[in-house]
Amino acid sequence: MATPNHPGNHDHQSKELPQVLVLEPPPIMKLHGDRFLNDFQLLKAWESPLPLDQFLSIHAQSVKALLTPGRYPLTRNILQLLPSLQLVVTTSAGLNHIDLPEFQRRGIAIASAGDVYSEDVADMAVGFLIDVLRKISAADRYVRKGLWDTKTEFPLGSKLCSKRVGIVGLGSIGQEVAKRLQAFGCRIMYTSRNKKPSVSYPYYSNVLELAADSDVLIICCGLTEQTRHMINKDVMLALGKEGVVINIGRGAIIDEKELVQCLVQRELAGAGLDVFENEPHVPRELLTMDNVVLSPHRAVRTPESLTAMCEHVKGNLEAFFSNKPLLSPVMNI
Amino acid sequence: MESIDVLMLCPMISYLEQELQRRYNVLKLWTAPEKSQFIKDHSATIRAIVGDGGHGADAEMIEALPRLEILSSNSVGVDKIDLEKCREKGIRVTYTPDVLTDEVADLAIGLILAVLRRLCASDRYVRSGKWKKGDFKLTTKFTGKTVGIIGLGRIGMAIAKRAEAFNCPICYFSRTEKPDTKYKYYPSVLELASNCQILVVACSLTAETRHIVNREVMNALGPKGVLINIGRGPHVDEPELVSALVEGRLGGAGLDVYEHEPEVPEELFSLENVVLLPHVGTATVETRKAMADLVVGNLEAHFSNKPLLTPLV
Repeated sequence: MATPNHPGNHDHQSKELPQVLVLEPPPIMKLHGDRFLNDFQLLKAWESPLPLDQFLSIHAQSVKALLTPGRYPLTRNILQLLPSLQLVVTTSAGLNHIDLPEFQRRGIAIASAGDVYSEDVADMAVGFLIDVLRKISAADRYVRKGLWDTKTEFPLGSKLCSKRVGIVGLGSIGQEVAKRLQAFGCRIMYTSRNKKPSVSYPYYSNVLELAADSDVLIICCGLTEQTRHMINKDVMLALGKEGVVINIGRGAIIDEKELVQCLVQRELAGAGLDVFENEPHVPRELLTMDNVVLSPHRAVRTPESLTAMCEHVKGNLEAFFSNKPLLSPVMNI
Repeated sequence: MESIDVLMLCPMISYLEQELQRRYNVLKLWTAPEKSQFIKDHSATIRAIVGDGGHGADAEMIEALPRLEILSSNSVGVDKIDLEKCREKGIRVTYTPDVLTDEVADLAIGLILAVLRRLCASDRYVRSGKWKKGDFKLTTKFTGKTVGIIGLGRIGMAIAKRAEAFNCPICYFSRTEKPDTKYKYYPSVLELASNCQILVVACSLTAETRHIVNREVMNALGPKGVLINIGRGPHVDEPELVSALVEGRLGGAGLDVYEHEPEVPEELFSLENVVLLPHVGTATVETRKAMADLVVGNLEAHFSNKPLLTPLV
C-alpha cells in the first residue's frame, strides 16, 4: 500500500516538511519527476489503491496546500473532503477546471501559472498566423508529396503587414501576441473584460464589433461562463470570408460546429487551432482542409516552460508556507 | 506608336502578363520549340527582357540581342543575370526591392517557428489520428534564442526587427560591419554560427557567398542549432546539409530554396525537424502585384525616357 510519505524522506521526521496534496501528477512532474519539491512532503493520491474520497478522509484532513494540473476538475465534492485547504497551486494556464466562486466562498487562495507560459503561447499564436496566411504547413505537405514542379504554381498566400488583428483577451498572453505582431506591421485592436488604460491599442467593448473591424481574431482569453461559445456564427460572419481565427485559449470559447461549417462553406478563410471542444477529438472535416493548421494542445510544452513552471510552483509553495505573498495569486474572480 | 518587342523568359502571374501585353509585343520564350532559334529570329527587334529570380540573361543571350536596352527582373535576386555584361554593354537592369522585404522576413520567422515548435509535424500528428493515442512530444522555445543573420541588408534588417519582438539577441555577418546598428557583428560566418542558435541566410548570391554555409558552419551551429534559408539554394552545401540533418549534427532546418529547384533531397522528407517550402518567399497576392507593378513601371519609365524606378545597373 502506498504511503503518503515522500520516498526520499524516510530518514526525515516527515512532520517537519509541509504537506502538499497532489491528486494527479501535473505534466511537470511526469516529465521532470518531483525532486524540485524535495522540501515538501507530497501526498500522492493517485498512487493509493484507495478510492479518492477514502484516501482524502484518512490522509488529507490537515492538508493546507494542493498542487493540481489543468485537466483535473476541482469541484465542491473534493473541497468538502479537504477541510483544512488554504491554497491551490495550478500548473495550467487556464482556470476553467476550478470552481472559482466556491473557492472564493471558502477563502482558499489560488496561485496560477502567472505568465510562465505567456511567451511560448504567444510564439505559437504568431506561428499559426504566419502558417495560415502563408500556407506553410500546406506547402510543406505539397513538397513532401512530390508535387512541386516548374509548371504549376503553389497557391499564393496573403501578407501579414497591415492586417487588422483583433485580440480577444488582452491579458499576459494577449499582450505578448500584440507586441510580436506589431513588429510585422499588423494593426492591433482588442476586446477584454476591462479596457486597459496602459495600452494604446483601440478597445472594443464587444467581440462582434471587434470582428467586424478585424481581418484576424486571436483568442487569448480564459474559458468562463461568459466566454463559452463567445465566438459564434455571428462573430465569424462579421469577421468575413477573408477572416482567420487563431485559438490558443480553450476549445469551448469557439462554437466548434459553427466554425467547421463556416470553413466548409468558405465563410472564413482559415483557422489555426491548438485547442478543441472535445480533445483529443478533432472534427473530421478539418483533417483534410488545406487552410487550417491543427495542433494537439501543445502551446506550452517546451522544456524551457516546464523548467520555469517547476521553479514557479516551488516559489509559490515556499511563499505560502513562509507566510509571504504568493508569486501569482488569482485576484479578481 | 511602334510596338516594342519584349522577351518574357518564363510564365509569371497573369496580371503581369496582361499588363505587359497591353503595352508591348510580348514574345514568350517558353512557348518556343527551340529557344536559341527563337531568340535568333527576333534578335533584331527585342529591346527588353522580363525575367525573374530563376530566369535571367547570361552573356550568350545578351550578346545575341544587339538591340537589348533593359532587363526588368521580377525579383530581388539577380544571380541569374550577368550584371557585368550588362554594365559593359550599357544595358539597364531593374529589380524589385522593398516591396517584398516584409513578406520574405515574415516567412523567415514563420520557418523558425514552424521548425522549433514543430508546427508541420504536429499538424501531421493530428491529421493522422495519433493524438487519440498519446500526446505529442515537447518542442523548443523560440523567444529569447540568439538569432544570427548572414547579410544585414533590407531583408536581414527586417528579420532582425521581427526577432527582436521575440526578445531574441541578434548577431550578424556581413561583407562590412554596419556602423549604425546595435547588433553584434562577427567577422566570419563560422564565428557567427558558433555564437547563435538560429542561423538565417539573408544575403545575395554571388561567387563569394556560394556555399557560404558549409559543413564546418553546420557543425558549429550544432545539434541544437537550426538553419533557415530564404536566400538561394547554392548558399548552402546541400549534400552536406542533408548528411548533417540525417546524422543529427544539425538540429533542424527551414528551407524555402534549394540548389536544383524544384528538386528537393528526398532524405529530408522523413525528418520531423525540417520544414520544406517550394520557394514561396514572395508568394502573396499583394506582393506579387506590387512586384509586377514595378516591373512594368520600370519598363514604362525607360521607354518614355524617365528615371528608372528601381535600377540596379
